[in-house]
Amino acid sequence: MTFFRRYAQHYGALVGLAILSGVLLVALLAPLIYPVSPWQGVGEPLLGPFEDPAFPLGTDMLGRDIAAGLAYGARVSLLIGVVSTAVAVVIGVSIGALAGFYGGRIDDLLMRFTEFFQTIPAFAMAIVLVAIFNPTIASITLAIAVVSWPPVARLVRGEFMSLRSREFVQAAVVVGQSGPRIMLTQILPNTLSPIIVTASLMVATAILTESSLSFLGLGDRNMMSWGFMIGAARTMLREAWWMSVFPGVAILITVLAINLIGEGLNDAMNPHLRGRKG
Amino acid sequence: MKTLDFLFQRLVKAAFVVLGVVILNFLLIHLAPGDPAAVMAGEAGAGDEKFIAQLRAQFGLDQPLWWQLLTYLKSVLTGDLGFSYRNNVPVAALIMERLPATLLLTASAFLFSLVLGVLLGVLAAYKRGKLADSLIMTGALVFYATPLFWVALMAVLVFSIHLDWLPPFDMESIGADYTGWARFADIAYHLVLPTVTLGLFFTALYTRLTRASMLEVMSLDFVKTARAKGVPKARIIRRHVLRNAVLPVFTFASIQAGQLVGGAVLTETVFAWPGIGRLMFDALLQRDYPVLLGVFLVTAAVVVTVNLVADLLYRIVDPRIEAAG
Repeated sequence: MTFFRRYAQHYGALVGLAILSGVLLVALLAPLIYPVSPWQGVGEPLLGPFEDPAFPLGTDMLGRDIAAGLAYGARVSLLIGVVSTAVAVVIGVSIGALAGFYGGRIDDLLMRFTEFFQTIPAFAMAIVLVAIFNPTIASITLAIAVVSWPPVARLVRGEFMSLRSREFVQAAVVVGQSGPRIMLTQILPNTLSPIIVTASLMVATAILTESSLSFLGLGDRNMMSWGFMIGAARTMLREAWWMSVFPGVAILITVLAINLIGEGLNDAMNPHLRGRKG
Repeated sequence: MKTLDFLFQRLVKAAFVVLGVVILNFLLIHLAPGDPAAVMAGEAGAGDEKFIAQLRAQFGLDQPLWWQLLTYLKSVLTGDLGFSYRNNVPVAALIMERLPATLLLTASAFLFSLVLGVLLGVLAAYKRGKLADSLIMTGALVFYATPLFWVALMAVLVFSIHLDWLPPFDMESIGADYTGWARFADIAYHLVLPTVTLGLFFTALYTRLTRASMLEVMSLDFVKTARAKGVPKARIIRRHVLRNAVLPVFTFASIQAGQLVGGAVLTETVFAWPGIGRLMFDALLQRDYPVLLGVFLVTAAVVVTVNLVADLLYRIVDPRIEAAG
């Protein structure tokens, strides 16, 4: 209960939650609201917004409904954002936990590995990965995961190192529990809140990365996405501003909502940190 | 630790990162679906049997994998990043020709965002809880969530198409053939929109960081002491807080060098800026893999160099680091 109350104290966090719920709802209901594929032209080409009540956000040069594109794009953005973050968290937690728990050589080795991935330009690497393995939902998701796990590993390593020497962990060692068991049942549950906060912010970054990739033409050609819509609108900037403005606003409010939720979670889960961020 | 030892250690580390990227590129060529020779040739060159056969011989693609890796390493170490069949030039030459434009853009966006971000962050911390603080932080929140390429397009829409104030494309006016100061001014004029759009995301980031860092330092005991002594607030901020609060922002900013390069790919794509980001986009459209891998390697090398220089500067600026080892 106190968690929800602390979360609700954050006005922005509530707004964020409301917006994200709306986006999620549209994503889930997209096939019901727009039974026709968003790739198919359904109206006159280049209708401006509010010109035709059937197409409130207008149509593109092929007569495709912008609103339908936005609804289907929400599915891709949320799916890739959440799944790639989940994969990144699994990689990051595994590496960070091993490094922090065992220390010594293993720690050295794993941290050099982590630093390597943190140093190299992430977006350039994501481009190379997706281009070489051909753009599909799976390759895009994996590429984003591969470039975004290092901060999780560092965070988890730090937590594991400090908890490793605590009495309740020492007690588990004395009792004879195995390393993996201690890591999973004793330490990991105590590191969940910072991991959840970091993960929520990573979803936002992943959505930005996905939209950037599909803007460059590295999107899954079977799925309508916001980045792709903006990329396609580039050549029509002069004639049809609405083609690029609305998908951009969709990305902006979704990412903003998730960031607000992340900040609210941070305040609610780490009350001792409050005030630090102001 | 002595500065020289430190320098040596960091150089070794930097070399390992670059080596790591070379090995990564090699692995990607072999893990990619299809024939490694076809990847090395790029989509344009894959149809040319003679070129493929030449690549096979050159990189010993029928030899064991470790031998191929050595051959690949050797060629990269001698500055051979492969051949762009599409452009009919060595990849290294192509990248070197484009690199200065990217360095100009990223450096100017970096300076723009750092100066503006620190200023706004300090102002927000100084006016904490007031209207100015809320306005600055809301702006930072919004720009932190806005896709860079979209900001770029909107900037073109407003400032080039509607207001006609600034040029939307290229680095110089085509056919103008300016020299000297006129050329400098012309490039600067073309630089404004790309710099601001690339810089805004990072401005938002540095604003948030600076504010948080300022508030943290302002809560420390030595600031309270200064206050108790009756030092005016503005002077405390200037003389005591700022110096301590800005260092973490600088460190963080240097770590961000890689992200700046990623942003440059998007910015250059929108503004047709003739740098390696735009080169990467063109290579992407043509599936010119040697160029893609080459740009990836060179950007990694640039980022490693920037981090190295930043580390050294940091040691000079903050003498405590040497004492701490």
